[in-house]
Amino acid sequence: MLIFTVVGSFWLEIFLKVGVLRRVKRVALSILPVALIFLVWDYYAVSAGHWWFDENQVVGIFGPKGIPLEEFLFFIVVPLASLLTIEAVRTQKRHWKFGDES
Amino acid sequence: MTYTELALVSVLLVVLVDLFVLKTRLLTRKGYWTAYAIIVFFQLITNWWLTSRKILSYSEEAIIGWRIASAPAEDLLFGFSMVTLTMALWIYWGRRGIQRT
Repeated sequence: MLIFTVVGSFWLEIFLKVGVLRRVKRVALSILPVALIFLVWDYYAVSAGHWWFDENQVVGIFGPKGIPLEEFLFFIVVPLASLLTIEAVRTQKRHWKFGDES
Repeated sequence: MTYTELALVSVLLVVLVDLFVLKTRLLTRKGYWTAYAIIVFFQLITNWWLTSRKILSYSEEAIIGWRIASAPAEDLLFGFSMVTLTMALWIYWGRRGIQRT
């Protein structure tokens, strides 16, 4: 599913030249705080039993509370895909304002 | 708190952050909603995959019980909060002149 998301969004970088992946600093500043907040939520939710993962359907590398590697990658890959998406929209709609124009 | 409560609180907080804290006002922009529509379409596919195959399961006590594409409705709120906050930060840093292009 992570691969599906990567394949489904990263082509935008190459073919629409959105230039998200080369802006490493801006990507990190946008994704890492969000990933941290949502990992805290995830940690709480797993501890409280709100949701759980099937150990037989993950690669088998686990962090604290049995959170699988895939879940950590999820909090990087999905926000990154969202940035590729909004920048792809921008390449198609040059006259739309996004709020960061100089 | 239940997943339902946390999800609702997260949406409220993200809306406040976008409109009043970062003042990115993405929620008032067509470009944001176009991107979100694309994202939510793919979210429904991935959610359906993960929950219908029980890779990810939810406690019935933590959710209200409404399901969309086999996943709890709360997941849409969780997803909204996560991607909206990410995009708002991206625009915020761009506005501050960090790697604008």
